[in-house]
Amino acid sequence: MSLSNLSNLSVGLSTYLLVAAMLFCLGLYGVFAKRNMIAILMSIELMLNAVNINFVAFNRFLWNEKVDVHYVLTGHVSALFVIIVAASEVAVGLALVIAVYRNRHTTNVDELNWLKW
Amino acid sequence: MGTIFFFIFAILAIAAAWGVVTSKNIMHSALYLALSFAGVAALYILMNADYLAAVQLLVYTGGIAIMVIFAVMLTLRGDVRESNPENKAWGWGAVVSILMFVMIAAVIYTNADWRILPTAWDNAGTAADISLLLLTKFMIPFEAAAVLLTVALVGAVILAKGVKVSK
Repeated sequence: MSLSNLSNLSVGLSTYLLVAAMLFCLGLYGVFAKRNMIAILMSIELMLNAVNINFVAFNRFLWNEKVDVHYVLTGHVSALFVIIVAASEVAVGLALVIAVYRNRHTTNVDELNWLKW
Repeated sequence: MGTIFFFIFAILAIAAAWGVVTSKNIMHSALYLALSFAGVAALYILMNADYLAAVQLLVYTGGIAIMVIFAVMLTLRGDVRESNPENKAWGWGAVVSILMFVMIAAVIYTNADWRILPTAWDNAGTAADISLLLLTKFMIPFEAAAVLLTVALVGAVILAKGVKVSK
């Protein structure tokens, strides 16, 4: 496929959703497969980013005539709140990682099993 | 032209995310994370979300990625080249993630019921429009977010530094 053909492809809603799905599943794999606590937090951030792409893409491509014109940027506001919550979450999460590291001298989640019977 | 930019930045974001979850060196993972955030910010610009792109660059690439790098440097032990290993169940994680992706892709491609605009709605998501919404319709959640950020800041300091009991 030549580049001129490529530029005629329309980048629609489904393409954005597919990119977001790929990012989300990579984050999901990181949460399942990683042993380091900080790597798991990073994977959670990837998943939250994918959700934000979905919010903005739906806001851009979907339209309902009944929506009040003042509400047309609601998707952007939702993404903004997700960013705020993600920032709080990573601040508290990294503080927890540092507190656990100070007590146990490890960030490996496989060794943090003292609640296991 | 926009399509070419879209594919460049989408592939950049996904490849950097792949680097985050496969790199053996957690420092490289953290730097790939910043790259992935920057690629997503470019996607926001392509979707006319100017303000969100700026927020993404400032908060994620400038704030969260740097905070993660600091946490990595504070908790690093042993050889940095082996600092980010997979656990024993990584194969099952890969299987579940791939199945999840196949399921989401099937839903995206079989659902024709999106109310898609004939041409994409291209009113810009500028700071003025969003601030109007935030300060009128979404004022209570906006204030709650401010309280949440303050509580998270205090909580992070207390968790990381510890509390001195005063008598």
